[in-house]
Amino acid sequence: MSESKTIPRVILSEAAIDTIDTLRKRFGTDLMFHQSGGCCDGSSPMCFEKGDFKVGGSDIWIGKVYGCDFFMNKDQFEYWKHTQLTLDVTPGRGSSFSIEIPMGIRFIIRSRVFTMEELENLEPTMTGEEMVEKNLL
Amino acid sequence: MSTLTLSQSKPVDRPQIKEKYDHFIGGKWVAPSSGEYFDNISPIDGKAFSKAARGNKADIEKALDAAHEAFATWSKTSAAERSRVLNKIADIIEENLELLARIETIDNGKALRETRAADLPLCVDHFRYFAGVIRADESSISEHDETTVSIALHEPLGVVGQIIPWNFPLLMATWKIAPALAAGCCTVVKPAEQTPTSIMVLMELIADVLPPGVLNVVTGFGPEAGKPLATSDRVAKVAFTGETTTGRLIMQYASENLIPVTMELGGKSPNIFMKSVGDADDEFFDKAVEGAVMFALNQGEVCTCPSRILVHEDIYDKFMERVVARTKAIKMGHPLAEDTMMGAQASNDQFEKILSYLDIGKQEGAEVLCGGEKASLNSGLETGYYIQPTIFKGHNKMRIFQEEIFGPVTSVTTFKTTEEAIAIANDTMYGLGAGLWSRDAHELYQVPRAIQAGRVWVNCYHAYPAHAPFGGYKKSGFGRENHLMMLNHYRQTKNMLISYSKNKLGFF
Repeated sequence: MSESKTIPRVILSEAAIDTIDTLRKRFGTDLMFHQSGGCCDGSSPMCFEKGDFKVGGSDIWIGKVYGCDFFMNKDQFEYWKHTQLTLDVTPGRGSSFSIEIPMGIRFIIRSRVFTMEELENLEPTMTGEEMVEKNLL
Repeated sequence: MSTLTLSQSKPVDRPQIKEKYDHFIGGKWVAPSSGEYFDNISPIDGKAFSKAARGNKADIEKALDAAHEAFATWSKTSAAERSRVLNKIADIIEENLELLARIETIDNGKALRETRAADLPLCVDHFRYFAGVIRADESSISEHDETTVSIALHEPLGVVGQIIPWNFPLLMATWKIAPALAAGCCTVVKPAEQTPTSIMVLMELIADVLPPGVLNVVTGFGPEAGKPLATSDRVAKVAFTGETTTGRLIMQYASENLIPVTMELGGKSPNIFMKSVGDADDEFFDKAVEGAVMFALNQGEVCTCPSRILVHEDIYDKFMERVVARTKAIKMGHPLAEDTMMGAQASNDQFEKILSYLDIGKQEGAEVLCGGEKASLNSGLETGYYIQPTIFKGHNKMRIFQEEIFGPVTSVTTFKTTEEAIAIANDTMYGLGAGLWSRDAHELYQVPRAIQAGRVWVNCYHAYPAHAPFGGYKKSGFGRENHLMMLNHYRQTKNMLISYSKNKLGFF
């Protein structure tokens, strides 16, 4: 199977692309995402300036979306790994430090269960620690 | 799907709410340095009903200035006086309970019967509890030998930062503010941007009770106002209730400043119904059915929402038939109508997120026992954020069993043995709440001990009295609120080691 045919674990909507473009321009920096768990604004993706959130061995890098690294906690990934995530935006007002919030919109995740065929051909993941060691961040 | 026509009592009148609120800093109303305000949208109809100040770093610094100035006096104020102030706040909340309950409902979207019977009475209870405990609180002393005495004395940490969630805006603020003030700390509070109004109405009511600067409230967005508070090297501690990524980020900032934090980060609470629950169809069985339906309390927007029902396979049919019927009987409607049982989700993004989970639950093959859709209400509520109380049947590895949906959604699965029930209960990242229902005296003690959670309700659920410590195991955080042990999360210990001997040691 050629490399180009691997199935990404995380993709994004047109609206998310526009939002990332706006945020990149506003902050003048690359961005990163970390999927949150828990209450209130939990189960939502958090967007930060690249490097603001320190990742480590307990985080899994699940891919890049539109040039942004996307991470999730290792324990949480165990329950999410059979689903493809689509990064999208919706009007709203999250309460967290995610940087799009003042724009009156909120990144959200929509999910789809992978088919059996896709499950055998997914993009490889690595831990945040490995990303740091390989100088990929 | 069909639209639900409302046949219910008229909503109560909306109280007068100001067009906009400034920050509350140093006992005064202070305009935001940005000059900007943002709309506060009511989940009832998705329409703006007031504006809040858009705070930033400069506003946080002003609040920290005021808090540091006040700390010099407040930290030395007598326990009797601090207690009097907390009792006075409780009295004022009690006297204005109806006003605050209505505003809380408009701000958050939850049904009025809950703000009247739970949120506000619990605020009163918590302030009175901490007013009481500091009158009985004592430091310790030990005599090491006849001339050596060690005094371990409590001293307040200083100025603290407190970040409040939107699900119980006034009650969660109370859980943080009451112990901090009781301990002699001064605080800068950042309410959630979804619910910035009710706390400002409370500040108007209690503005004259507190010395200026002891309690400061700065509204705004997380990245603009919350982050400068959490990163400030002028706070001695940060208390946070919210989700795991922001919790980690706050701990990351705290590690840079070497300050303590307390974290309450959510859960995926199991509610376990043992076989003996079905031994009789009596009052207790009825109470257990209600216990399972408690997932719909506060529209499921509770960190301890009993979002996993674990039921013994032998009683599944009999029990779940009743639970589904009771869930279907939940009356949705205008949150300000007195007979509404379940109101609106707190925000549009929350609403969208819950719908995305209803979708993934169905995709993963979970069976919908009831609900499973948004609720389309009419009579002016078409643009509000309403979701039908939903019960899925599935297995514990599904995402709907593992992730905090924070909506009126629960997922049921069965077990055969006690060991299996405990294994399923503990197969989660979280450990905040749990429920155990049984008629067996041995199980009532042994099963809760085996569950890795900070609070196990036994033959009850969703009670939050002050005097019972509340906090998480595992990834649900740490710190114990609602109890005098929270005082020590706002204090440090000064040890005075005193020699009463006149004789030198003889070393030098």
